[in-house]
Amino acid sequence: MFTLDLFLNAVVAGVMLGGFYAAVALGLSIVFGQLDIVNIAHPAFIIAGSYVAYMVNNAFGIDPILIGVAFMPVFFLVGVAVYGIYYAGFERTGRESLAGLAFFFGLMFIIEVALILTFGVDYRLVDAPYIGETLHVGVVDIPLRMFVPFVTALVMTGVVYLYLAKTFTGRAILAVSQDRLALRLMGASPVRIKAIAFGIGIATAAVAGALLIIIGPVEPSFGRLYIGRVFAIVIMGGMGSIGGTLIAALMLGVAESFVQTFYGPSWAPLVAFGVLLLTLAFRPQGLFGRL
Amino acid sequence: MKIAPFWIVSILLFAAGTYFAATVENQYYFFAGYTILQATIMATAWNILGGFTGYVNFGSAGFFGLGAYTSVALYTAFEPPLIVMIVAAAVVCGLLGLGTGYLTLRLKGVYFAIATLALAIVLETLMINWDYVGGSTGAYIITPERVLFFPTYIGYLFVLMLVLAIAAVAIARYLNSSRVGRGLAAIRDDETAAECAGVPTLKLKLLSTTVMGALMGVAGAPLPFFVTFVEPVSAFNLLVAVNAIAMPMIGGTASWIGPIIGALLLGSVQEWAKVTISSEWNILIVGVVLVGFITLAPRGIVGLVQALRQKARANGPATA
Repeated sequence: MFTLDLFLNAVVAGVMLGGFYAAVALGLSIVFGQLDIVNIAHPAFIIAGSYVAYMVNNAFGIDPILIGVAFMPVFFLVGVAVYGIYYAGFERTGRESLAGLAFFFGLMFIIEVALILTFGVDYRLVDAPYIGETLHVGVVDIPLRMFVPFVTALVMTGVVYLYLAKTFTGRAILAVSQDRLALRLMGASPVRIKAIAFGIGIATAAVAGALLIIIGPVEPSFGRLYIGRVFAIVIMGGMGSIGGTLIAALMLGVAESFVQTFYGPSWAPLVAFGVLLLTLAFRPQGLFGRL
Repeated sequence: MKIAPFWIVSILLFAAGTYFAATVENQYYFFAGYTILQATIMATAWNILGGFTGYVNFGSAGFFGLGAYTSVALYTAFEPPLIVMIVAAAVVCGLLGLGTGYLTLRLKGVYFAIATLALAIVLETLMINWDYVGGSTGAYIITPERVLFFPTYIGYLFVLMLVLAIAAVAIARYLNSSRVGRGLAAIRDDETAAECAGVPTLKLKLLSTTVMGALMGVAGAPLPFFVTFVEPVSAFNLLVAVNAIAMPMIGGTASWIGPIIGALLLGSVQEWAKVTISSEWNILIVGVVLVGFITLAPRGIVGLVQALRQKARANGPATA
């Protein structure tokens, strides 16, 4: 069973998968890691992104990734609106812990059911020229439907990293989790900054959703499996560190790929949740913790 | 003397339920009634940890499904009486609850909630891969034609569920009004302060999670006999978890009566929507009502009624 070919293929497939996971976890890394908002509905927004890509792709045949990028502003505005409700209802009144959690839990549920009501529970997929093509490098096969999302995810992660590190708003986002008063003294409104950050987090879901549906067919309840993955990655990555998120995502991707190759696909979901439970129980500050 | 009315109502309910099950022909009522009672147990159990103690459990479906699968495993092994399966499910899920309780040592708030959600999916994956209980294809259960003097089996299950629900509520009511309940409330309001004041926080939290787990297991144990076909996706259904949170939130989480009000109200609306509109819309209603209530009426219906009463009292002397 265990051959070098199989091993190499599992590693490469895992790295591809992990890169994609970074795109999926990126938005939550900002929202949960930096703003301490437990957006448990993040995977549901990603599935919504997948369905947007599916609809436009089916109607006009445009490339799914382009659709994802084009819809980022829409998702951004949705994110700002959701944060507005969250702020007015929970954060301002200091009820964010229990009620805020239940709010996002309900929101996730609403998105999922709304998708089921509109599209049914059938699997949906998109069309693009690179889906179905495969690169052969030595003994390793790299399907382009994995490679394209991998590259896109790395680019998006890089852009977000640079944005946070170099721009005034980006630095203000990093500052808002550290010292709100100091941020206000620098002339930035914490609430406005958080709304922008939340919007960016949701905007990444538009692209991540497009990547998800390139990799494989999607159905509405798909998001649940990703809850464990995204939280495992963000917590393992040390809450909000973009570099940590990328490394944690790659690690999880490789681990899942190994389990999938050597034990079978039905065990793969267990990896993320197992890693999550172990991390929470033994090292809640993550591998690259900011604590 | 405050004890009397609760038990009188319970006995009356039990008598009415039994009479109902022994005489009424239309089985639909029992299916609907069973579903609402099951939700009542789940909501009551969730509230012991979520409402009284302040730890949010997203993994209710995990406990519920594990209870159902305990029954399936025992049924496959040697077909014991249903009551044995219920006790076994209570023990298994109570132990899982105890384990969850130890998690609270390290995990507070959000992290605890996410861990419970992870727990539910881990359990679901295990059941999918456990062929003995049917794996992903599921397991069939053959129910007896009839039990005792009940004309239908579903009527018997309904009365059984009624007894279990009354027991669950009685436990929650005891926890709420006793010394233990005040300790739990102290943990909810400020765990560190409670610890400093000499409240045995760990012991109380373990009690709280164990009771919650056991009750959820009890709610899930009869499920295989209710649906006669169990597979992991339906046994670990997210709707179970959402309902278990939504119902106490709607009713009010501070007292034992809140989850009952929420379960009766939301449960009835769901049954009504399932029949008149469609089962997808009935699920959507839960989500919308949950989000609406926690945003607009954070203390639930009990809180609304209390606020109205206070207002009336405040206005009273002025008008008199």
